[in-house]
Amino acid sequence: MSISNEEVTYVSKLARLRFNEEETNKMAEELGSVLDYVATLNEVDTKDIQPTEHILPVSNVFRDDVVGTPLSNDVALSNAPDQENGCFKVPRVLD
Amino acid sequence: MEYEVVVGMEIHAELLTKTKIFCSCPTKFGDPENTHTCPICLGMPGVLPVLNKSVVKYAVRAGLALNCKIANFSKMDRKNYFYPDLPKAYQTSQYDRPLCLGGTVNINVNGKTKPIGITRIHIEEDAGKLLHESSDGTLVDVNRCGVPLIEIVSEPDIRGPEEARIFAEKVRNTLEYTGVSDCKMEEGSIRFDVNVSVREKGSKELGTRTEMKNLNSFRALERAIKYESKRQIIELKKGHSIVQETRKWDDVKGISSAMRSKEDAQDYRYFPEPDLVPIVISDDEIKKAKDQLPEMPEAKKERYMAEYNLPEYDANLITSTKETARFFESTVNLCNHPKQVANWLMVDIPAHLKEKDLTMDTIPFSPEDLAELINLIQDGTISGKIAKSVMEKMFDEEGSPKEIVEKHNWAQMQDTGELKSIIEKIVQDNPKSVSDIAAGNKKAYGFLTGQVMKATKGKANPQLANKIIREVVSKKIDE
Ligand SMILES: [Zn+2]
Repeated sequence: MSISNEEVTYVSKLARLRFNEEETNKMAEELGSVLDYVATLNEVDTKDIQPTEHILPVSNVFRDDVVGTPLSNDVALSNAPDQENGCFKVPRVLD
Repeated sequence: MEYEVVVGMEIHAELLTKTKIFCSCPTKFGDPENTHTCPICLGMPGVLPVLNKSVVKYAVRAGLALNCKIANFSKMDRKNYFYPDLPKAYQTSQYDRPLCLGGTVNINVNGKTKPIGITRIHIEEDAGKLLHESSDGTLVDVNRCGVPLIEIVSEPDIRGPEEARIFAEKVRNTLEYTGVSDCKMEEGSIRFDVNVSVREKGSKELGTRTEMKNLNSFRALERAIKYESKRQIIELKKGHSIVQETRKWDDVKGISSAMRSKEDAQDYRYFPEPDLVPIVISDDEIKKAKDQLPEMPEAKKERYMAEYNLPEYDANLITSTKETARFFESTVNLCNHPKQVANWLMVDIPAHLKEKDLTMDTIPFSPEDLAELINLIQDGTISGKIAKSVMEKMFDEEGSPKEIVEKHNWAQMQDTGELKSIIEKIVQDNPKSVSDIAAGNKKAYGFLTGQVMKATKGKANPQLANKIIREVVSKKIDE
């Protein structure tokens, strides 16, 4: 299975990544072989297998609606590259 | 050519849980920025979200109240997009397996009932808040990140701005009644997204739609649809076609404008959330939830008409909000005059609330006070007219109706002797009225009653005063 350079460019855009032509070619090649590898799953006979909606055979894991202790403002912001007035500061975005 | 306006709506409502959807951070509104966060809602790597049980409970309740089918199996999905209000770079939502499907809301348009289809209701997390007050950047408050929401998606069954408002009001009231959301517009706990298109009347095909997001009042909703549909009709009449786009509604200017169009169409790359397991609900549990639903406005309305003999108009108004209905029932339990209780709740009380910028939630007196006021009219202590002044003072928080009547000396004159001497003097001073009455002009009684009311500052019991006036006048004529 192969993946086109256009597809690589589209997906990288969605992921906010930028590749030059050389990198795009390499990515297309490598992603293609990953997809090939995954495609071997298509060879498995699934005739009698129930489709699964989720990877785990578990359901209904809940927590009770009880308030815990949130982080203090300075701890919450301690990893922030930039901050102002108790807030995370990011490059200006349009409203 | 005549056009028809077609509207579909997405309503986001915050659920009334104490904690967020996947972590134990509080959901309280109005606290300082970034004080309700933890590694889960900050989107730290390696954390494990766990679904809040009450979110499922409330969403099921909302679904049942809006006549949806509750799915026995549903699951969470990731909706991927980059925006600074979303630290994880994806919103945990539901895609192909929502919790509730296929409901109906009956709305009342010009006296006719019209069903509006509900496509689905799913649960998801709210995003954070962006503040644009910094000079060289955007500030992010994560407090609202992870606050639980339900998104209610309607079918494009709504025709025009008025129906949209009525539908939105009905959904709001239903959510309020069932106690799943406080629906406070001013706190953004309920928001409306609308899809608007127009088509030639009679056409079956839908026109190209535009979307406006986050309308946060009924007025904005109605105005935005009115403006946008008119704009589309003008475009079509000019021979232009409608561009499918997201438009921004400016409530101050009263116009919609195209948002800067994104280069690519949105591609959210939904996929099943691996960290959260499916939600399985049995038919028994659904039935139990259904049995626990509180009385809905429509049922309440019917009951008020049957049990309290209220006219349909009154029953409709009284049940339109949960708080008004609660106030009504509590008051009627204390004084058995439902029609009078309804009258106060429909006329005087809303007028005072509006003037004082209050709501039924923040009304400064209790059902006990209203019952006391009505009893004071019933036992003849005060007249209906004075009662209106007492109500005014109740809104000024001057005390209980009895205290107010006493303080202002507003009790009607119960002393027949005192009232009689006042009337005798008035009859004495107005010989013209007496001769008019003697000549058959009964209107003069009205003048005399007016004089008595003036002399007693409205405190005379009108029936009693009339009776005495007649006695005194006929005695005078006989003389
Ligand atoms: Zn948290």
